[in-house]
Amino acid sequence: MKRMLFVLTVLLVTLSLLLAACQQQPAAPEEPQPQTTEETKSEEPATKEVTVVIGFTSSLTGSQEVSSKRQVNGFTLWMNQVNESGGIKLTDGTVVKFDFKTYDDESNAERVQELYTRLITEDDADFLISPYSSGLTSAASIVAEQNGKVMITAGAADDDAYKTGNTSLFQLYTPGSLYMVSTVDMLKELDPGAKIALVHESDKFSTGVVEGIKPYLEANGFEIVLEEGYASDTADFGPIVNKISGSGATVLLGGGHYNDGTALARALYDRQIGLKFAYLLVAPADTKFPELGDAAQGIATSSQWELAATHTEAEAANMGVEWFGPSGEEFATAYEAAFGDPPTYHVAGGYAAGLVLQKAIIDADSVDPEAVKAALNAMNLFTFYGGIQFDTSEEAHGLQIAHKMVVAQWQKNEAGELKRVIIAPADVATADPLYPNPVP
Amino acid sequence: MQQINLLLASLPDGILLGFVFGLAAMGLTLIWGVMNVINLSHGPIIALGMFGTFFIFIRMGINPYIGLFLIAIIGLIIGILIYFVAVHRVIDAPHLSSLLATFSVNMIIIGLGTAALTTSPYNVDFNVGSFRLGSTIILVTRVIAAGIAILFTGGLFLFLYKTRPGKFIRAVTNNRAAAELMGVPSTRILALSFGLGTMLAAVSGALIATFFPFSILSGGGYELKSFVIGVLGGLGSPIGALFGGLILGVLESVIPAFMETSWVPVIEFGLFVVILLVRPHGLFGAKK
Repeated sequence: MKRMLFVLTVLLVTLSLLLAACQQQPAAPEEPQPQTTEETKSEEPATKEVTVVIGFTSSLTGSQEVSSKRQVNGFTLWMNQVNESGGIKLTDGTVVKFDFKTYDDESNAERVQELYTRLITEDDADFLISPYSSGLTSAASIVAEQNGKVMITAGAADDDAYKTGNTSLFQLYTPGSLYMVSTVDMLKELDPGAKIALVHESDKFSTGVVEGIKPYLEANGFEIVLEEGYASDTADFGPIVNKISGSGATVLLGGGHYNDGTALARALYDRQIGLKFAYLLVAPADTKFPELGDAAQGIATSSQWELAATHTEAEAANMGVEWFGPSGEEFATAYEAAFGDPPTYHVAGGYAAGLVLQKAIIDADSVDPEAVKAALNAMNLFTFYGGIQFDTSEEAHGLQIAHKMVVAQWQKNEAGELKRVIIAPADVATADPLYPNPVP
Repeated sequence: MQQINLLLASLPDGILLGFVFGLAAMGLTLIWGVMNVINLSHGPIIALGMFGTFFIFIRMGINPYIGLFLIAIIGLIIGILIYFVAVHRVIDAPHLSSLLATFSVNMIIIGLGTAALTTSPYNVDFNVGSFRLGSTIILVTRVIAAGIAILFTGGLFLFLYKTRPGKFIRAVTNNRAAAELMGVPSTRILALSFGLGTMLAAVSGALIATFFPFSILSGGGYELKSFVIGVLGGLGSPIGALFGGLILGVLESVIPAFMETSWVPVIEFGLFVVILLVRPHGLFGAKK
């Protein structure tokens, strides 16, 4: 019996070694590198084609699913467009094309760290794009920074990640601390005596936004009558809405992400507590938000990009800043053709992440990470998405300093359909604010 | 004074919601009481009940309260199926086996649900208005849901005490071996009990969908609540579950009046641990 086992073991080991040897055989020296594929197409002016691998995680499941999927859609649209147009041609004849590697992070920060490590060490990603949401990006940024990988952070507005000495992160969104500035400016005009309730999801991003706006509210003479955080998985907002009602607030500023934002909007509508204005983060910026029906009416939000207020080449020329990429209309048309629905700011953010990387590679005339990083540091650009410039100081390296937001609100048009209109700043507004809102 | 006003405003909400929580917990506790199985597929079944309301109301245009009967029947059938597929073979095995079996069902439902429905939230845009009671706003959907929860509790009580299969269930609960000796078809009764527990979970989910947005993952939170309620009221005691639900509903509405809402789970689960330590058979459960 023991003899048979011994023979069997020897046979198995021999077989394994043979199989392993067979597997290694095709690995000839001229095989392409896993990270970049290089092909010599003709004999004389050697044209190299380099495939740059971009790594990111997306939340295919969990609380960040809606916005994360849109961000990825925007990115893939950009990538397909660049690849189909022949890639980026560098001056040495190299043609740069793009591929991506992605995993589902399940909206879970622990998964994010594990997966970004895998993207860097096993998948050899050349550049990284952040997951969606500040919390997940914060987790991913640690891994990116430890490995010295350039990470374009789309979908992550929290300021803190850029104030810890990082040098490889580059933020596309307007920082969280500035999210509500345009809304407060608008309120100052509409109702300087408004009493404010700050009710927000207790996560990194939403808390950062609220903490950022408090000094600005106080400086503008607004009274904050309630400040309350709630857990991300809160479903019953009844007690919180009662608390808002009891505080005497006339304006609500807060929210968090899509899931809690829709539940809070629904609870406000159900109870009709007489708020003049309700502003929620993120959720109302999504095209799914009107599924709430009348509960969506009058709810306002900040938006990183809206087609109706898209940035133009003429605007860039007026400011004396370089323009790059498609117009807002071209982007929106291409997106609708590819995905069947109008783009949101999360889509635009994903697309812009690719666009910024593309421009940095063109400026660097190289795919070398250090050269690309230098190009990003020097970038001062205008695209359909808006201004792009990064803070290069040691205190806040990578923080976005050129991008501006607009305030959007869901209003009913003459046909009774809910439409998201821009209500501030005044120079880009497409409609007057619904103030006081007859619904919540 | 402001806190007292807030308390008065939130209390009716908590009580009404508590009945629905109680109904959900009753499903869990019934299964535990009859067959000593902790049903970890309880949460996804609640979520399926929510989607039942969504499809019946949004896609088919049927009033959610009429659709409830259909959801109850489907819930009963799904429960019986789960029993025969996953639970029956491990019913006499150690608790870990049934725990793993129902956990597997949980993962299968969530996996299939995620693939088919994604994890993004759905909303049933159904509103039958509200009315004021002093300074308190009462939502009619919650009043109706509480009424239906009470009706189902009463129905379950009548079923268990006045019908032959109900008496069989109680007999199997008390002593399965003795019941079998008396000619009670225990396998069918166990399957029926599992079906009834699942039905109650599905119905509670269907009612919750009329007031909160939800996703396929939403059942998890209510499953946890059901455990707390089960321990509060006494696992195996359907009436205890209803009272446990009321206590939890009131706590969830009262706590935010005095402190930040983020303290709600801390206090809820603190109470869970205290009850487990001080009165492990629950407030309404009988000592074993």
